[in-house]
Amino acid sequence: MANVPPDLRYTREHEWAKVEGDRARIGITAFAQEQLGDVVFVELPKVGAKVTAMKTFGVVESVKAVSDLFAPISGEIVEVNALLPKKPELVNSDPYGQGWMLVIRMSDPKEVDGLMSAADYEKLTAGAGH
Amino acid sequence: MTDPTGSTPLKRTPLRDVHVKAGAKMVPFGGWDMPVQYTGIIDEHRTVRGAVGLFDISHMGEFEVRGPDALTAVQRLCTNDASTLEIGQVQYAALCYPEGGIVDDLTVYRLAPDHFMLVVNASNIEKDWAWVTGHSEGRAQWTNVSDETALLAVQGPKAEGLVARLADRDVTGLGYYHFTRGAVAGVAGLISRTGYTGEDGFELYVPAGQAERLWHALLEAGRGEGIKPIGLGARDTLRLEMKYALYGNDIDQTTNPLEAGLGWVVKPAKGEFIGRAAIEALRARGVGRRLVGFEMAERAVPRHGYRLLAGGAPVGVVTSGSFGPSVERSIGMGYVASPQTAVGTALTVEIRGTLHAARVVKTPFYPSHTKKT
Repeated sequence: MANVPPDLRYTREHEWAKVEGDRARIGITAFAQEQLGDVVFVELPKVGAKVTAMKTFGVVESVKAVSDLFAPISGEIVEVNALLPKKPELVNSDPYGQGWMLVIRMSDPKEVDGLMSAADYEKLTAGAGH
Repeated sequence: MTDPTGSTPLKRTPLRDVHVKAGAKMVPFGGWDMPVQYTGIIDEHRTVRGAVGLFDISHMGEFEVRGPDALTAVQRLCTNDASTLEIGQVQYAALCYPEGGIVDDLTVYRLAPDHFMLVVNASNIEKDWAWVTGHSEGRAQWTNVSDETALLAVQGPKAEGLVARLADRDVTGLGYYHFTRGAVAGVAGLISRTGYTGEDGFELYVPAGQAERLWHALLEAGRGEGIKPIGLGARDTLRLEMKYALYGNDIDQTTNPLEAGLGWVVKPAKGEFIGRAAIEALRARGVGRRLVGFEMAERAVPRHGYRLLAGGAPVGVVTSGSFGPSVERSIGMGYVASPQTAVGTALTVEIRGTLHAARVVKTPFYPSHTKKT
């Protein structure tokens, strides 16, 4: 059973968001990385770019698959994980930690309320996959 | 992640339930329900390069042909010269259409003077069976033994030690592309020094009913060597690093052996075979494009169908691509118009609307460690 930390919020597209004041840290879930398999490339926008909730902001590629990344929340990118270009495998080994992708300054923090809770996300992924 | 859309049920190898029980991730491949990975593609790939891996490739097809005209029939169907095969020898070849396009690529085993086995791609079994039986000549009796034959591949630098320990005869002296009849772990079959990984190793043809016994015996006996079961995902990255063609990706009815770099298995001097005249005309005229290997300047992955450009102009198309776990960069192969095929040529690959730098390189991408001889 994939790990779903209770303090994060989730999208149906398997991204997570962690609210840190007026910012949100974003990545993909343990379930997502498991489904993808070995991640070999993460294509991310640059600091300063804007992202819109539920619009694609990048791409994650595993050996076998290409998958779009969807922004859980709208805002401006203030940080991009500089480790990922060299070590994309961090998305597999530590999806909620060193495998994070972006930090966004939220333009509308109320959007967080529209994201799934850990309990709901766990229900979504239970029995899916394999 | 996509679901199979085919309406026909997927075919199963004798080991399908063993894979599911072991926690393998199963995917449809060429109409078969196959394991794509167990622990992870990169880990499995490195296990084969560094130790030994066990593959279930029972989905492959096996046809036998025997009779006084068996050699004549094989010669007429295959591009390579089967008359040079000794008993116990294997040869790589292609089946071609009269126009020179490829029906399939295959290996030909000479079991006896008048008895051959043809090993074909899983996705092509029905097509190939219709083709070989429809174009056979003389007193040659064909049997499709695909369903009753299981095929396990043991590949990697530690494969020889493992198989040698379990075999009832010496296999260390068996040369590359040679085989012997013999038993491994008490399971009798064909022990063939062949593979699709670029590593030394064996392919073991055994009765379907014995496959599970042999599978478990190899995993058990190979524990000290670090053996692991390997899925089709790593089989694909391993063969890509060797620039081995995969039917349906790199070669098909619309490609000919010369442009695919398979001119070395076309032997027009042997006499008539299907496709000979067309391929000879192509050889005289020169091919307009060639299958080349290229590496990416960065990690973005080239994939089947992506466009290849040079100096901003389209010059070809990617046929296979992946991150290569042993070369530790993204690599691919594709057909490129002839002036742009030289090693060192700068190309770009169009990936999701953006051009990414690539360069034609010498292949194989990773050095072959198959047994020399």
